[in-house]
Amino acid sequence: MKTHLAAFVFFSLLLLLLPGIISGQHNSHRQESEAHGKAEMEFNASEFILDHISDSHEWHIMTLGEGEHAKHISLYLPVILYSRETGLHFFSSRKLTHGHEYKGFRLMEEGDLKGTIVTVKANGEVDEENIPLDFSMTKTVIGMLAAAIIGLWIFLALSRSYKKNGISHPKGIQSLLEPIICFIRDDIVIPNIGYKKHGKFMPYLLSVFFFILINNLMGLIPFPPPFGANVTGNIAVTMTLAVFTFIIIQINGNKSYWRHIFATPGVPFWLLPIMIPVEIIGMIAKPFALTVRLFANITAGHIIVMSLLALIFIFNSLAVAPVSILFVIFMDCLELLVAFLQAYVFTLLSTLFISLAIVEEHH
Amino acid sequence: MIIASNSLTNPAIGTIFWAVIIFSLFFLILTKFAWKPILSMLKQRDDMIKGSLKAAENARKEMKQLQSDNEMILKKAREEREDILKEARDIRDKLIAEARGRATHEAAKIVDDAKAGIEREKAKALSEIHDHIATLSVEIASKLLVEKLNRTGEQEKLIRKYIDDINLNKN
Repeated sequence: MKTHLAAFVFFSLLLLLLPGIISGQHNSHRQESEAHGKAEMEFNASEFILDHISDSHEWHIMTLGEGEHAKHISLYLPVILYSRETGLHFFSSRKLTHGHEYKGFRLMEEGDLKGTIVTVKANGEVDEENIPLDFSMTKTVIGMLAAAIIGLWIFLALSRSYKKNGISHPKGIQSLLEPIICFIRDDIVIPNIGYKKHGKFMPYLLSVFFFILINNLMGLIPFPPPFGANVTGNIAVTMTLAVFTFIIIQINGNKSYWRHIFATPGVPFWLLPIMIPVEIIGMIAKPFALTVRLFANITAGHIIVMSLLALIFIFNSLAVAPVSILFVIFMDCLELLVAFLQAYVFTLLSTLFISLAIVEEHH
Repeated sequence: MIIASNSLTNPAIGTIFWAVIIFSLFFLILTKFAWKPILSMLKQRDDMIKGSLKAAENARKEMKQLQSDNEMILKKAREEREDILKEARDIRDKLIAEARGRATHEAAKIVDDAKAGIEREKAKALSEIHDHIATLSVEIASKLLVEKLNRTGEQEKLIRKYIDDINLNKN
């Protein structure tokens, strides 16, 4: 009963947070399809894949029909723009579908600026000098928000069950999550950071682990929204998480950590002008490695799955479907492993980097 | 070319903005309301398990100690009993020996006394008999004498001689 209520609250919250979501149908732009003619009918695999992988202002669910009769069913997400000239704008992405202009903005559908919202001059040309800052709640943001809400719901429930159960043996949801929490504590954090200081970093490392894990797993579920967004395969998201780790390292880095960067022991004085930039590069390489590793692994998984599905359309034959689906199922199993593995690796490396910065010097 | 122009490898400012907000909230809320209570609960449980194991170990040790104590007390008691029994046996033996000694002594004394009494009585009886015999002899003699003396003066002579003899014997 309680879980039903929580699920209801979760979905109503989601709907409340997304005033711009309107499910709708519309006809594909007639002129465009006429202009491109047969060429558009040909399947473009890379576009098909990249459309899924990259961020979007609308959440495309399905397309009914073909060519000029195609009907797109999408969730239209809220667009939030900040322009230096006209200030803050807030509207639904439905207004920008198929190159429509709204409030002087246009969503580019082709070219180098594909997917970005640009300002349009009075004469109808794109003002490339004056691209507004885009704070829209895109597909990635919605997916991430949903993952965060699901995570909050799960772990607040877990916390509640601990309050109720006290220190007796784990029950229900505790039996599922406690081993993971204990694994992070006993096999990742304590061996690297040590028992004395582990309490300080546990909350961050647990948060980052479960945030990545939930996003990875939600990305594997293809349907319906908010599942299936490529959140941890978005470089902005992985970069943000890596920067959090980076900041935590810099805040907690001890004297010896800073000495190793700015006055590396055992290095002659005249070499320092070379050593300091090298050490600073090393400092930045760590979060960069975290960023790219998670981004590349998750994106690669999504690309492989989408490529296998694209095979059906490339061969334009239903006979390929069983083979494709079999391979996709296999890949999904692999991706399930990768989802856990990458969350683990990110947490482990964050822990390692933190431990390197706080380790006591002993010579 | 596709990759370079795509938003895929260009971190979008808006996404970063939302990611910072969403992750910060996720992190802060969970830290306050989930991780801290959960971790403290786990720690409490670990401590309790550790404490219980230690207490059990201690109890086991105490039990062992008690058992060995009991054994020692039992052993001591057994030894004491052995000692007491031995002592009792010794005392008994001593008493018996003493009693026997005294009895022998007493008996010997009684026998000695009896012997002495007998000796004395014997001597007494002998002297009495002596006297008696003398008297009887005299009487017999007197009777004989009375009869014989009546006949001759010779007799008188004889008697005189006998009496002299007796007197001589006696001395």
